[in-house]
Amino acid sequence: MLKRYLMAAVTGLGMIASTVTAATLDDVQARGKLNCGVNTGLVGFAAPDANGEWAGFDVAVCRAVAAAVLNDASAVEFLPQTGKTRFTALASGEVDMLSRNTTWTFSRDVDLKFEFTGVNYYDGQGFMVNRDLGVSSAGDLDGATVCIQTGTTTELNLADFFRSNNISYEPVPIETNAEARQQYLAGSCDVYTTDASGLAATRATFENPDDHVLLPEIISKEPLGPLVRHGDNQWGDIVRWTLNALISAEELGVTSANIAELSAGTNNPEINRLLGSEGNLGEMLGLDADWAKRAISVAGNYGEIFDAYIGESTPIGLSRGLNAQWTDGGLLYAPPFR
Amino acid sequence: MPSKSSGVAFVRETQLPELPPPTFETGPIKWMRQNLFKGVTSTFLTVASVYAIYLALSMVLPWVLNGIWNANSIRECRVILDGAAGGCFSVLTERWNQLLFGVTYPADQYWRPALAFVLMFPALAPVLFSHLPRKLLISTVLYPFAAFWLIWGGTIIAPLIALAGFIAAYLVYRRLVSASFAAGSLGGLCTAVIVWWLGGYITEAAASVIALEPVPSRNMGGFMLNMILGVVCVSLSFPLGIVLALGRQSSMPIIKWICVMFIEFIRGVPLITLLFVANVVLAYFLPPGSNFDLILRVIIMITLFASAYIAEVIRGGLAALPRGQYEAADSVGLDYSQAMRLIILPQALKISIPGIVNIAVSLFKDTTLVSVISMFDLVGMIRGPILASTDWNGVYWELWLFASLLFFTVCYGISQYSQWLERQLATDHR
Repeated sequence: MLKRYLMAAVTGLGMIASTVTAATLDDVQARGKLNCGVNTGLVGFAAPDANGEWAGFDVAVCRAVAAAVLNDASAVEFLPQTGKTRFTALASGEVDMLSRNTTWTFSRDVDLKFEFTGVNYYDGQGFMVNRDLGVSSAGDLDGATVCIQTGTTTELNLADFFRSNNISYEPVPIETNAEARQQYLAGSCDVYTTDASGLAATRATFENPDDHVLLPEIISKEPLGPLVRHGDNQWGDIVRWTLNALISAEELGVTSANIAELSAGTNNPEINRLLGSEGNLGEMLGLDADWAKRAISVAGNYGEIFDAYIGESTPIGLSRGLNAQWTDGGLLYAPPFR
Repeated sequence: MPSKSSGVAFVRETQLPELPPPTFETGPIKWMRQNLFKGVTSTFLTVASVYAIYLALSMVLPWVLNGIWNANSIRECRVILDGAAGGCFSVLTERWNQLLFGVTYPADQYWRPALAFVLMFPALAPVLFSHLPRKLLISTVLYPFAAFWLIWGGTIIAPLIALAGFIAAYLVYRRLVSASFAAGSLGGLCTAVIVWWLGGYITEAAASVIALEPVPSRNMGGFMLNMILGVVCVSLSFPLGIVLALGRQSSMPIIKWICVMFIEFIRGVPLITLLFVANVVLAYFLPPGSNFDLILRVIIMITLFASAYIAEVIRGGLAALPRGQYEAADSVGLDYSQAMRLIILPQALKISIPGIVNIAVSLFKDTTLVSVISMFDLVGMIRGPILASTDWNGVYWELWLFASLLFFTVCYGISQYSQWLERQLATDHR
């Protein structure tokens, strides 16, 4: 409780400080670099490679914004943030935006005075079991021992889920993901539960990933998305619509392969407006007409980015699930470009 | 009695040839009988220990010898090993540069921190080994400026101006100190500030004179960051600790209470809290846009932390000196600074060596705490980027063993030096 008030007070101070530099777009353009807060390392979402180049699903959002604003996808200063430092870094203006698998919640949006600019990954708490157990649904888990990270919302979600389904379980409290991995492999628990993307990433590190199965039930909502400070709506719009451009591009069939051809002009007016050959959407944002074209050209549309970093062809092997387009039964639904 | 009846006593006139001692009483066999197989318990323990060593080695050796050094990912390692036990050391061959220098230090500039590291040894030598010629101390004085220039880059003018400021301050101090110590210190301080302030303009104007490619602080990382923090903080906190310890013993109440409050406050707060203050809270009190270097903030915090502990260790040394030493110094007519410099501190510091080294070692290991405030030191590198790369997620033992090896080498070296120093200074066989 105290921590929350302290956090709010500290963030409030930050707001006072940051109102001095409200026009983030001007700052970024003057600096020539986008300061983007990312995870210190999360498999598939953000990690530097052997050459020190950052890559991943969250990182791709930073690069798209940099391409839209600065016409250079590499003009990003990646400032890695732990779960403890991320909000102060954003509030104090050290970073221009956070793209760090952060769950969109009421208190973060309202109390901490941030603005979530959309959802780039719909996550949720899932279950992983050994295939040998023959379990196909979380309803079959009566009496199971469950490895669970203590002090997280996953612990509470788990208790709620089992109570509402009237089945019993035995929790095995553990501290970190690495510890959970060892305990689970050693057979100390039948089930490991955490965010589904985390489960998939953990499973990818097993010697025999195929011996383990993720159950279909997802028992909590964890919408992860990029966020910016309150108080600079233009900058918020730029980040929001860059993400929407990536999502819309997939819906409209714009890919990194055909974008050059499509940007010359097509019969579909929405594609034309998105890619800037028609209308003046870029101008409304304070950017030029090609902004979305540049953002999409970096690594392709949303679907291409997903497939490259966390999709089924990668070792992490996440299926689209909730993150499919609304036309395919998922939740991705970008507002129209009009 | 036969000899008596014969009437002739037997007298041996030559010495018997020397026989070798019985096999059981010599060489390795004797040593083993005495040390390994002396009685049932001892024999049992020996056998059990040998078996335990065998078990451990039979697990570790194949793992090390079978290690894979040239795969591109943990999955390739597993394919090559095909179920056999073996370490996946390829992570070290692929990421050694990140483990040592961090993610973003430019690869073609690695020679600079490496050179700074090598130069550290000649710079430290005259401080550590008192029988070396005193003239070598000049290299110690110049080293911080050279190392700063090498690691951070930029124009050579900046560290030269910093050096010039110190030299000017020292000269002014020398002139004024005969009048009074306070005047000397104040005059020195003012001179330094003026030189640095004027020098700032020169540096700006001549930003490209003999300039190395500048590397911002946030790009420092890996073991290099641990070394920077460790070396800088230990060397700064040592003099500060002496000042605090003397201040705490002072008879002037204000100085005494300031020192006591400082020491007790710092010792009552965990280091991790101070680091959070350095990283997070200070960001709010500085005007936005002003970028007070993060490494500098962290160095200040760790130095304050370590100096409070060193002060307490030195206070222990001061308290251990017999009262007579202080009185003797007074009775020969030495003033305070002379008494401290010539009589009290040499003895007190000698007593404090084990404690100071203890703090230096633990401080060096504590530098890994900066990984919690999103700095990529060696531990932060492993926990963050490397274990989070799709290629190496799951390689734990190899990475942590490498980290332990680096830290062990440094800490064991410090510890060996301190034992040597204690033997050198041993004067208690009087």
